[in-house]
This record gives sequence, structure tokens and C-alpha cells, in this order.
Amino acid sequence: MAEIVLDGITKRYPDGALAVSDFNLSIADGEFVILVGPSGCGKSTTLNMIAGLEDITEGTLRIDGQVVNDRAPKDRDIAMVFQSYALYPHMNVRDNMGFALRLAKTDKAVINTKVEEAARILDLTQHLDRKPANLSGGQRQRVAMGRAIVRDPKAFLMDEPLSNLDAKLRVQMRTQIAALQRRLGTTTVYVTHDQVEAMTLGDRVVVMRGGLVQQVGTPQYLYDAPVNLFVAGFIGSPGMNFLGATLEHNLLRTSLGDLPVDDRLRRLLEQQDAPRELIVGIRPEDFEDAALIDDQPTGITCTATVEVRESVGSDVFVHFTEEGGPAGSAELAELAADSGRADTGMQGHQVVARLSPATRAAEGEPLELWIDTGRIHVFDPAGGANLTHPERAGA
Amino acid sequence: MMSHRGRTLTGWGVVNLIVVLYALFPVWWIVALSFKDPSTLSDGDFIPRKWTWANYRGIFQTSEFTRALINSIGIAVIATTIAVVLGTMAAYAVARLRFPGKRLLIGMSLLIAMFPPISLVSPLFNIERVLGIFDTWPGLIIPYMTFSLPLAIYTLSAFFREIPWDLEKAAKVDGATAAQAFRLVIAPLAAPGVFTTGILVFIFCWNDFLFAISLTSTTAARTVPAAIAFFTGSSQFQQPTGSIAAAAVVITVPIVIFVLLFQRRIVAGLTAGAVKG
Repeated sequence: MAEIVLDGITKRYPDGALAVSDFNLSIADGEFVILVGPSGCGKSTTLNMIAGLEDITEGTLRIDGQVVNDRAPKDRDIAMVFQSYALYPHMNVRDNMGFALRLAKTDKAVINTKVEEAARILDLTQHLDRKPANLSGGQRQRVAMGRAIVRDPKAFLMDEPLSNLDAKLRVQMRTQIAALQRRLGTTTVYVTHDQVEAMTLGDRVVVMRGGLVQQVGTPQYLYDAPVNLFVAGFIGSPGMNFLGATLEHNLLRTSLGDLPVDDRLRRLLEQQDAPRELIVGIRPEDFEDAALIDDQPTGITCTATVEVRESVGSDVFVHFTEEGGPAGSAELAELAADSGRADTGMQGHQVVARLSPATRAAEGEPLELWIDTGRIHVFDPAGGANLTHPERAGA
Repeated sequence: MMSHRGRTLTGWGVVNLIVVLYALFPVWWIVALSFKDPSTLSDGDFIPRKWTWANYRGIFQTSEFTRALINSIGIAVIATTIAVVLGTMAAYAVARLRFPGKRLLIGMSLLIAMFPPISLVSPLFNIERVLGIFDTWPGLIIPYMTFSLPLAIYTLSAFFREIPWDLEKAAKVDGATAAQAFRLVIAPLAAPGVFTTGILVFIFCWNDFLFAISLTSTTAARTVPAAIAFFTGSSQFQQPTGSIAAAAVVITVPIVIFVLLFQRRIVAGLTAGAVKG
């Protein structure tokens, strides 16, 4: 167990491509940190640099207080779980889990005890003598976890360990990994492209994009106070809705209606020299069926025609098209491309609202919606900064 | 009236039979020849009328054949070993590493494989005479190794490419040095590939006639395919047909048995690497 400190870590490939740029993060002993971002954002490269599988171009990496930049992976005392599991196909489960200990010339009896202990924790005892080829996906995943925990390393590094499992198993294993990490208290760095995994597992989440750290914080903080358009769109499912808006006096004119600008917001916008053309972000749950709202404290209402109604029991998701067209921004285009939304060929700009199951919204029917204007985010289209971020209040 | 399935089966059976007969006819012909008594050699019969082991006894009685057999085995084994060892290292580099001139290397090895060997026979003859390795084992081992290396590199790099990169990374993180990772993880997984390549290279060396006949002049290094050409009959009025047939069978049978025995292994090797599922 150890703390891991990344100080200005940069990865530049020989061809000049910058994979990770000036990564600063201090991971406390026993902390569970998630690196999340779309493919190609440098999260796996960062993990590989911590593991020692890739050279660090600039910056220093300290594990347990010692600079390990030039140490081989074997001298860093870290364990890694790979997306492909990377189980040794010619060894049975027992040998797979004990491989690291055998290399470390650990006493045979000790290896056996440790392997059996890990197998018991992971419910693999009856599979110890089988080859990986004869195991199911979930069992293989557990063997990969077992291989990491028998070593009792300073840190676990996990590279999308659940991506190869089917949806149901993934949720189960997610819970197991979280429980296991709490129990062992081992510092863990976990890479995923799945924001749900990031939100549910991590003590802290690091959102990356194009080799740059966008924001670091607890899952709730990232959700409530995203620092820019990218984080806002990436965290949350369904994602935040973005609308083009024009600032006029005390109003933000959008295609869903005019949103009032209160004193706090106006001060923030003035302080930051906000342009007139802005992007407004509204989380799906900040909509509600107007018929279900008794008093409307800080909201406005608008009317939209429901195109799709999806009921998931506890909530009803309502999709409708916003007339104004999508809010233009490079970050949003990248988000859309990453989530596959760009390929669905849908015309117009889809907006999603999460309503109470008591709603009587019906497909094809107009619906009066209430928007909680106290919780909207306002972004600068150039650069994507969140102008309503709480840390900007003092700026 | 036959069912559709029955007709399909019969159809395939007939086709298979024709292919098998076509392929095995020359083999059987040489086997039959090798068992014929000298007096019935040219009777054209498909099955020998008088069976005899005389031809086999004959070729093993003089050192002409046995010496060639020793040369064949020695040269083929040594050339195969060197080619596979070098090929393994080269293929690993080709499959795994990024280094300047990689494409050039692959291109050059392809070039060697496509070069018609006959065009190199005269230069090789002269070079080897100057170097003093003409008519010696190294004189054959070196060209065999050279011409089988492209084959070895190609087959083996395909195998290495099939082995997931992650396994090596996992081994390194588990505390293995590069050498340990190769020895304990990569090599066992590549073993079927190395084995398959070894067999292919061995057959190439074993069967070669061109270099064997051109780069040897005495029994010092003459291999069996070349030695057979120098067979003489028991008397000058007798054709050595029977002895040639017997010798051909003797050098073919071990290869056939070898391949049949390890066929499963070779095929398994060719489809290896199915690690993820």
C-alpha cells in the first residue's frame, strides 16, 4: 500500500504525438481513483506509465515516496489487471495466480496458502486446477483479479477490467471490485471509458480528454459542478442537454423559452466578460412535467411535442426535438462522436427530460415542461468553460 | 432413390477417392518398384509378382547410401536448428518491435525466398571453392539455412503476432525480466509454431537436390537425394532402378510418419493463439 504521486507526467511519442500532457495528481494511500475519458484521451497511457510499461517523457512519478521513473515494472511492486485479462493460457488457475510469487522465489507453502486464500475470497477454489480456456468470462476476470491480490502489492492498476463482460455480470463485478478494494485498502488506479463505472466506483474521478486532465473530483462534485462542456456532457447518463442561447438584458433566450438571469448569474457573467452567444446546459432531471409542479420557485415552463417516451419504472424519459438546432462547439462534436450520437442520423437536436412516473406524457402529444432554472449551467462556446462553476464565483 | 444427403456423401466420396488415388499413385508406384525382383523390374505390373527385400538389403550393404543418410540427417538437423533459432529471434523482433529498416528486412527476406536458387548455384560454387567449404557440411548448411530463414521468419512472426501483447506486459508487471517473460510465457505459447516451422524447414533441407548435387563432389557431404543419382546397378548391365526406388522409400517414409504423427500438433499450431474468448 502506498501513495502515488504524478508530478507533471508527460508522454510524447517519437513521432511527436503528445499522448499525455502535464498530468498532476496525488493519489492517497488506499484511495480508489478512476481515470475516465473517451478512447485516445491518454488514460491507458497514463496507467501504463505508472506500471512502467511505457517510458515517461517528462515529469516524476513517485510510488511510496520513491521516484520510480526509471524502474522496470518488476521493481515497482504494482499489480495490473488487463482488459483482456492476459491470463497465461498454458498455466492453470493456481499457477496463473502464483506466477508473480514464484518469480519472487517465495516459499512454495506460502504461495499455496496465499493462492488458496485469494481463491476463497474470489470463489475460485473449485477451479484452481483448470486452464483459463475452460473458464467463463466472469471466472477469467476473477482469476485476473486474484493474480493481482495474491501479491499484496503497493497498488492495483486496472485497465478497463470489466469491458469484456456482459452487462449484468459487469454490474455484479463492479460491486465486487468496490467491496474488495475497501476490504484490502490497496491504492487503486482504475481506467475506464464508462462514466457509470467511474461514478459508482471511485473515491475520486479524473476526467481526461486529448491527453489533458479536464477535472479531478469526487463523482458528485463532477456531476454538480463540471468545469467545462466536456465534463458536463461526459458525466451523467443520459447526458446533459445543451442549448444555444443568446444573452439579452436579464434573459437567456433559448428555443425552449427565455431563462431569467438572476443577480448571481448576471454578476458571474459580467465578471467573466461573457459573450452574448452562450450554451446553456440542463440536466434531464432538471425538467419536470409542469402539471406535477405545485409551486414553481425558480422555473419557467415551455411546451414541446413528445417524440419518444421511455419508462424505466422509477422514471420516465421523454425525448423531444429542440427547434433551435444544436449548440455549436468542438467539445460537443467530440462528445457526440465518442458516444456514437453523431452516427444515429437523427435530424435536429434531441433533448431528454427525466420526469416523475406520475407524468401523463404521451408520444406525439404536446407536453408542458417545467425547467428548474436555478440549476442550469452556462458555458462559453469558445473553450467550453463553465461560467457558472462555483469556483469561478470568486474569480 | 437416394436421399439428397446420401447423394452428397457419395459425391464427396468419389471426389475424395479420385484425389487420393491421384496423389498416391506415384508413391505406390515407387514402393512397388522397390519390392520388385530385378528380373521383373520392367514388367509394368502394378503389384510386384515376386516380392523381395533385395533392393533394401542392397543399398544398406555399401557405404554409399548409409554415408549419404548420415550426411542428410546431420546437415538437415543442424541447418533446421540454426534456422529456427535465428528465425525465432528475427520473427519476434518483426512481430513485436518497431525498429528502423523493419520493412526493408521483411522485403529482403521475401526477395531471398523468391530468388530462383538455380541462378545462385554457379556463384555459390565459386565462392565455396575459394572459401574451402565446397563439398563439406557447412557448405550445404549455410545455403539451406539462408534459403529457409525467410520461411521460418514468415511462419513464426505469424505465430508471435497471435500471442497477445498483454501477456508479456502481465509477465513484466508480475515481476519477470524480459528474458523470463520470453522463456516462461512467450516461448511455451510459441512452441507449436516453432515446431511447425522446424518441420517445414527440415523437409525443405531434407528434400533439396539442387544444392546437394551442385555443391558436393564426393561422399563427404553428399546427401541422399544427390547420392541416389550416383547409384549404379550391381553389374554394369543392370539398371539401378530397384535401388533408387528403395532409397527413395527409405528417405520418404520417416517424413511421412513424422508429419502424420504430428499433424494434429501442426494444425493446432497453425490455429494457436485463441486465448481470448
